[in-house]
Amino acid sequence: MLNKYPAWKNILIFIVVILGFLYSLPNLYPDDPALQISHELSELSSGDMPVITSALEAAEVDFFGEEVDSESVRIRLRNLDDQLRAKTAIEEALGDSYIVALNLAPTTPGWLQAIGAGKMNLGLDLQGGVHFLMEVDMDAALDRRMEDNQSNVRTILREQRIRSRGLNLISKSHLEVRFANAEDRSQARSELVDNFPELQIQSREAEGVFILDMRMTPATALQIQTDTLQANRTTLLNRVDTLGVSEPTVQQQGSDRIVVELPGMQDPAQAIRILQRIATLEIHLEAEPGAASLSYETYDYEGIPVNVDNGVVLQGDRISNAVFQLDQNSQPSVVLSLDAQGGNQMNRATRDNVGRRMDILLIETKSRTITSIDEDGEEAEDIEFYEEKELIMHATIKQALGRQFSITGLTPREASDLAPLIRSGSLAAPMTIVEQSVIGPSMGQENLDQGLLGVQVAAGLVVLFMLFYYRTFGMAANAALIMNILMIVAVMSSIIPATLTLPGIVGIVLTVGMAVDANVLIFTRIREELSEGALAQKAIDAGYNRAFTTIIDANLTTFLVAAVLYTIGTGPVRGFAITLMIGIITSMFTAIVGTRAIVNLIYGGKSGKTLSIGSFRMKAKQDDLKVAAGK
Amino acid sequence: MLLTEKLIDFMGVRKIAGIGSIVLVIVSIVSLAFNSLEFGLDFTSGTSVRLSYSEAVVVQDVNQTLRVNGYENAVVVTFGSDRDIRVLLPVDETVAVGEQAAQAVIVGESIAELLQGASGSEITLLGSDYVSAKVGGELVESGGIGMLVALAIIMVYISVRFQFKFAMGAVVALAHDLIITLGIFSLFRIEFNLNTLAALLAIIGYSLNDTIVVSDRIRENFRRLRKGTPLEMVNISLNQTLSRTLITSLTTLLVLFSILFIGGESTQGFAVALIIGVVIGTYSSIYIASNVILYMNVTREDLMLPVKEGAELDDIP
Repeated sequence: MLNKYPAWKNILIFIVVILGFLYSLPNLYPDDPALQISHELSELSSGDMPVITSALEAAEVDFFGEEVDSESVRIRLRNLDDQLRAKTAIEEALGDSYIVALNLAPTTPGWLQAIGAGKMNLGLDLQGGVHFLMEVDMDAALDRRMEDNQSNVRTILREQRIRSRGLNLISKSHLEVRFANAEDRSQARSELVDNFPELQIQSREAEGVFILDMRMTPATALQIQTDTLQANRTTLLNRVDTLGVSEPTVQQQGSDRIVVELPGMQDPAQAIRILQRIATLEIHLEAEPGAASLSYETYDYEGIPVNVDNGVVLQGDRISNAVFQLDQNSQPSVVLSLDAQGGNQMNRATRDNVGRRMDILLIETKSRTITSIDEDGEEAEDIEFYEEKELIMHATIKQALGRQFSITGLTPREASDLAPLIRSGSLAAPMTIVEQSVIGPSMGQENLDQGLLGVQVAAGLVVLFMLFYYRTFGMAANAALIMNILMIVAVMSSIIPATLTLPGIVGIVLTVGMAVDANVLIFTRIREELSEGALAQKAIDAGYNRAFTTIIDANLTTFLVAAVLYTIGTGPVRGFAITLMIGIITSMFTAIVGTRAIVNLIYGGKSGKTLSIGSFRMKAKQDDLKVAAGK
Repeated sequence: MLLTEKLIDFMGVRKIAGIGSIVLVIVSIVSLAFNSLEFGLDFTSGTSVRLSYSEAVVVQDVNQTLRVNGYENAVVVTFGSDRDIRVLLPVDETVAVGEQAAQAVIVGESIAELLQGASGSEITLLGSDYVSAKVGGELVESGGIGMLVALAIIMVYISVRFQFKFAMGAVVALAHDLIITLGIFSLFRIEFNLNTLAALLAIIGYSLNDTIVVSDRIRENFRRLRKGTPLEMVNISLNQTLSRTLITSLTTLLVLFSILFIGGESTQGFAVALIIGVVIGTYSSIYIASNVILYMNVTREDLMLPVKEGAELDDIP
């Protein structure tokens, strides 16, 4: 029958509406301000909690809902103003090696969480937080790789007993190896070609010297840059995780930059401390008994003082990789791989010292804020870098070691923390912060409130207009509009976890304005049909059918543009494109299928002749006919 | 019989509209070339000065002090607490690249001194740094390429669904809207930041939407009506879609004006850009896209799809 949807279609629409409602519901529950406390390296001990509680009580901060696991504690607070005060109090009570992060804890009821419904992530501009732009020193990465190549070439030549007259780094992508005669050179060349597929090798003679030029190809350089950026990004992600920020963003930007956004975080100094953490290893031998007291330093190892010889067997920069592994006894360990030169150094040092103990020092470069009184008698804050050395392994050398060995005797947590720490300290290129900005939580809240008010007023005005202009049909369009907003929110909250930013809100508002366009198209068509004398039922059907292709064409083109913008854009452009795409899809559903269902329920199958769709003029021809008939 | 209906002769003034648009586009391009755009700090490098007050600080007052003393382009934001502010200044172009950091320190000190003189509160200079642009050159470049890719995809899609002449019409209208909107930004020195960029992207969507709806009607009328010149066809189509064009523009403008007046300072630029874009987009969907289609001598044969055509004709009572 004309203008009747089958029952299944109505039920389907009803289900979609209910789902849209359910999945947008969590956004109505405001987050609690919270603090997350963890230890920098090890797990929390049972004694920590009482310290925290008493610190909070002393500071007269109201708290509730503690969640404790072995790695961290989360404490909810009554209001945002308490957050900073509580943080300072806890930091003072626990000391420097703990991380106290500002955090927001969701209050979504359990049954909503159970069906997978969650809140929309708010971007920095709506929630406040810290934004960093970090630049990776690519020259350092390339230099380093070429220096590695240089020492590896030297090792291979020595192993093959080929005499060279020197290896020179001409530039960061060019290594020159000199030989006394052509035979040596050709022999070296055949050895090196297989070992260095990433380098271009060319022969050349100059002033009676036979030279091999080994050059890094641009493709290789690019690959190294990509790898370095990726490695740095991974490291940053790991470090950001320790901050306990709810939805951190660590995103690559361009060829050498990384954007780090920490929503809810308000303390850039702390973030920098974690992000810039640099760690490396030094391998030493234990001091001989009776050695001169100036030749060693004493460290604490599991409560026992250990004298470590000052001579460095191996520097951390010879470590090419560090991986967390469970050894054959299922004990956690970190397997270290050394480069060729490092392997040689290690081998030399250990083969003569079997039976002696080897010590591994973890050296972390940290920064702290120091307050000093300057010459004007004013307090000045400065960031000071200092090294913290910790003896992490003290073990007997059982045999000569080579390019690979493992550190054992660690707790699982220590081992899994140590591997990335060493990797990041030794592998990837150094990074500098080129930009940092902090958006206060009050400013974020203000943006959010004003944005939401804008949406409400805008939607209100459109709803009034549609009701006034299209009457009953306008009501159907308004129902579809509200359904549409619910669905956008639901999709952004649960299905595609997109981050809502200010441009995103505006994107939604714009969809509100443009979504009614599909209904305007349909309704003007229906009016047209009526003005040409079509009967009510026929006019509805024809109106929807005729407008359909137009709507599809218009929306599909816009969708294509949004998709292109999403692929090429970053940050705000992306945020806008995704809301636009979601909006297009949901609005097509609500404006075409949704309104039709409502219109069908009201008018379908009835014999009434008039439609409440606002006023329209009958066409001249029809008017003439009517006038003629009347006479 | 159709010609007896009251029709607004949109295409009667097509030459005047065309010339007017060409003049506007040229003025915009000239302004962009000589005047450039007033890029916000998102796009330019600058100096960031961080200050701490001993009492809560009113951002508007700080803004006012800076404006009066020659820092017209300073942006003041609070960070951390209501006592800490950050002043962002566009970088002085005359300073050599290597000396920007040193310059930042000098600027920081003079600003701290200036604000201290205007405020009863004790001010501490926390630091002043040179910050590089949030949007690097490569993003602008990839954005440009993206625009071209988007245009190419639109051309292909419309050529397939409609016809090449319609694709040209849509793309010319799109370029027209974007250039004039940018031109207005350049002429009136309105700040161009990441939000305005997002608005430009929205204008693309809006302008296309409008143009396609009109083109769709033109296509339909060409296939449906046996009589009439192409000019008459276009005029009829424009009249038929007029009420829809106006209503949609109206609802969108309702939304945009509520954002402009209520949505807060940070979305104002966005709203202004879009209001300009929607007005121009509405005009261009009537006068530009159709004009181009007529100029390219669109004919009934361009849109004849033998099989589909017969089917559609049967539909009409």
